[in-house]
Order: sequence, then C-alpha cells, then structure tokens
Amino acid sequence: MTLVADLFLLLGAAFSCLGALGLIRMPDVYNRLQAGTKSVTLGAMAILIGIGLHHPQWWSNLLMIGVLVLFTNPVGSASIARAALISGIRPWHVPSEGPPLPAGEGEGK
Amino acid sequence: MSVSLLQLIALCLLAVGLVLGTIRFILGPTTPDRIVAADTLSILITAGLVWLAHLLDSSIYLSIALVFGALSFVGTVALARAIEGNRS
Repeated sequence: MTLVADLFLLLGAAFSCLGALGLIRMPDVYNRLQAGTKSVTLGAMAILIGIGLHHPQWWSNLLMIGVLVLFTNPVGSASIARAALISGIRPWHVPSEGPPLPAGEGEGK
Repeated sequence: MSVSLLQLIALCLLAVGLVLGTIRFILGPTTPDRIVAADTLSILITAGLVWLAHLLDSSIYLSIALVFGALSFVGTVALARAIEGNRS
C-alpha cells in the first residue's frame, strides 16, 4: 500500500512539473493557461489520492480539498481566459489587423 | 518523519515545478501571463501543503490547505476581473 501511495505521489509530482514546464515553453497566454491548469489539476488530484492512501483517516479533509480544486480551478482559468480576450490579447498566429475576435468587445473600446 | 526514495524524487519534481512557475511569474511579458503563473503556483502550493501535512504528520495543515485554496481562487477571480476592466 505504501508503494502504491508513493507511486501516486510520484505521478502527481511529475504531472505538476510537466505543467510548470509547459508554462515556460508555451508561446501564448491561452496555451500557457491550458498547460498550466489542466495537468496541474491532475497532478494535485494524484497527490491527494497518494496522501489519502498514506493516511486513510484524513479522507474527509482530502475530499473537501479535492472537490474545491476540481470546482474552482476551471472557473478561475475560464475567467482568466475571458479577461485576456476582452483586454485585447490576440492568440498566437492570429494577425493583429484581421477581423475582430468573436468576443471582441474589448477591441477599440 | 521518514521519506522514502520515491517520495524524495517526487518532492524534487515538485520543487522544480515551483521554480519554473516562479520564473514565468517573474519574466512573464504581460499581466495575464503573471496571473496564469500565480494560479498555477497556488495549486502547486495547495498540493505542497497537503504533502506537508503528511510529512509533519499533523492534520491541521489540511485545514490550512483548504483555506489557502479558497482564498487563492477568490484572488485569481478578482485579478482577472481587474484586468478585464482595464480596456485599452
């Protein structure tokens, strides 16, 4: 059981490290948002499962933290993406003099 | 407090992730880059606090992780709303 828990912890830490690496390597705000949010959420879930296998008496607190991360993280990332789009940041390889963006109320206002 | 070899490797990976996120937070070209980096760092720190509860074998750090996660979500949404209103 300890070996399985340690493997879950290693998986979660590896996904977190790869998400942070994507935060460095990606060229754009939106790509960085994808890399930095999804894989880090998966890594946090795996770390919570690993700690829950180490300490089974903490399951209620760990469940609360997992539900909190799962519910708040997509909402936060969607809010950041919407704010970046409204504040006029073009996605990667989209020319700046093209047609306006789909939610492009922020352009020129 | 005993740390096995797998846990040591995983802790080093988590530290590397924190350092990479901090680099993006420092030299992000625009403000949304920094906010994305801060969001990622907050999730990493929440996972790290849960791990600290395991390392120190006391369950009070789980409550700290819960409150930190809630407050970081509120801060992320507030910062996103703030740059949304800053139309240029």
